[in-house]
Amino acid sequence: MASLDDLKKRITSVKSTQKITKAMKMVAAAKLRKAQESAEKGRPYSDKMHNIILNLSKNINDKENAPKLLAGSGNDNVHLCVVMTSDRGLCGGFNSNITKKAKSYFKKILDSGKELKIVTVGSKGFDQLKRAYKEHIIENISFKESKNVNYFDADKVGKMIIEKFEKGEFDVCTIFFNKFKNVITQIPQEQQIIPLKSENSDDKNDVMNYEFEPEEDEILNNLLPKNISTQIFKAMLENSASEQGSRMSAMDNATRNAGEMVEKLTIEYNRSRQAAITKELIEIISGAESL
Amino acid sequence: MSDSFNLEIVNPEKLFLSLDNVSEVVVPAFEGDMGILKDHISIISFLKPGIVKVFTGNEVKELYVEDGIIEFSENSLSILTSRIIDIKEIKKDDLSSMINEANEALKDENLDDQKRFIANQKIDVLNRLN
Repeated sequence: MASLDDLKKRITSVKSTQKITKAMKMVAAAKLRKAQESAEKGRPYSDKMHNIILNLSKNINDKENAPKLLAGSGNDNVHLCVVMTSDRGLCGGFNSNITKKAKSYFKKILDSGKELKIVTVGSKGFDQLKRAYKEHIIENISFKESKNVNYFDADKVGKMIIEKFEKGEFDVCTIFFNKFKNVITQIPQEQQIIPLKSENSDDKNDVMNYEFEPEEDEILNNLLPKNISTQIFKAMLENSASEQGSRMSAMDNATRNAGEMVEKLTIEYNRSRQAAITKELIEIISGAESL
Repeated sequence: MSDSFNLEIVNPEKLFLSLDNVSEVVVPAFEGDMGILKDHISIISFLKPGIVKVFTGNEVKELYVEDGIIEFSENSLSILTSRIIDIKEIKKDDLSSMINEANEALKDENLDDQKRFIANQKIDVLNRLN
């Protein structure tokens, strides 16, 4: 059995860990509110953008000459995966959930004999992927310096992706991020952004006849790059809300576990203290009796 | 108010402005300023740097936009823009830094005509505000 002193030390150490996790939980809760708010505020923009593009693409008759960002490069050989994770750890399964999702996708790509390229956003994802997929990672971006998620960071990533696309470095681009559902649930998502996947393209009922100024193609050419940045920005917002939510519940668990541990250790400490006292008493009494 | 319509201005960070009693909006569309009244035909167009004027009753609101796209359908107008500032809140320092930014962009030799036009337009508008 550990000595009394050791037990005491352990109790203090667990208690201070508990303090830290508790503080982290509070900080995460405060940040979460903000992140959640901006994630919700950011939704109208990306939704509207998506709608407009959908309307536009329905109005394009000449699919052959559609912009490449919409129609794709015609091939399906090189896949670019943008894995978006956080820069900080201690947030439960947040990062590993994304990388797990991404890894299964990578496997699918590699198994079908296609080429894989990876861009990681956030240093944690890079750390987790570099062991197995080092030769595939072409870039690692991290926004450690910027405190809040902002559009200009997203735009940088978007521009980089488009540049690579125009150089013909890849054919299909997919982003991975966590969608924020609520504090305890975050759903890892994969979303294909190049070429743009139009869901439910068969419901033609709500096709509206728009007037375009200038021509459709020109608008699309301008809009599609912006849409990429917008989608990435949305992913970043969702991600930051998810990160804080995940951290909050992880830290909540940690605090509770630490509390349980302190309780157990205290009982053990009291018991061994009592045992020591009893032992001393017996020694004194038996000493007195022998006289 | 029978001749008013809805207006929503969103930027990536938030819903910037949402009104339901707008009587007229003038937007700096790429091919020239465009006034939009109720029952305008459905239109999608994009913006060049300029001033968006929003008329509500007797009030006029003026907003500086850097770029954007507008969609009008069924009497609701959406303006999506990456940077929008109320003219009343614009500061002299911001103005000059934005002008410098545009001037820097113009120095790039490989700029295509469209970008050059946009940058020039931006400087023009900003100078007028200054």
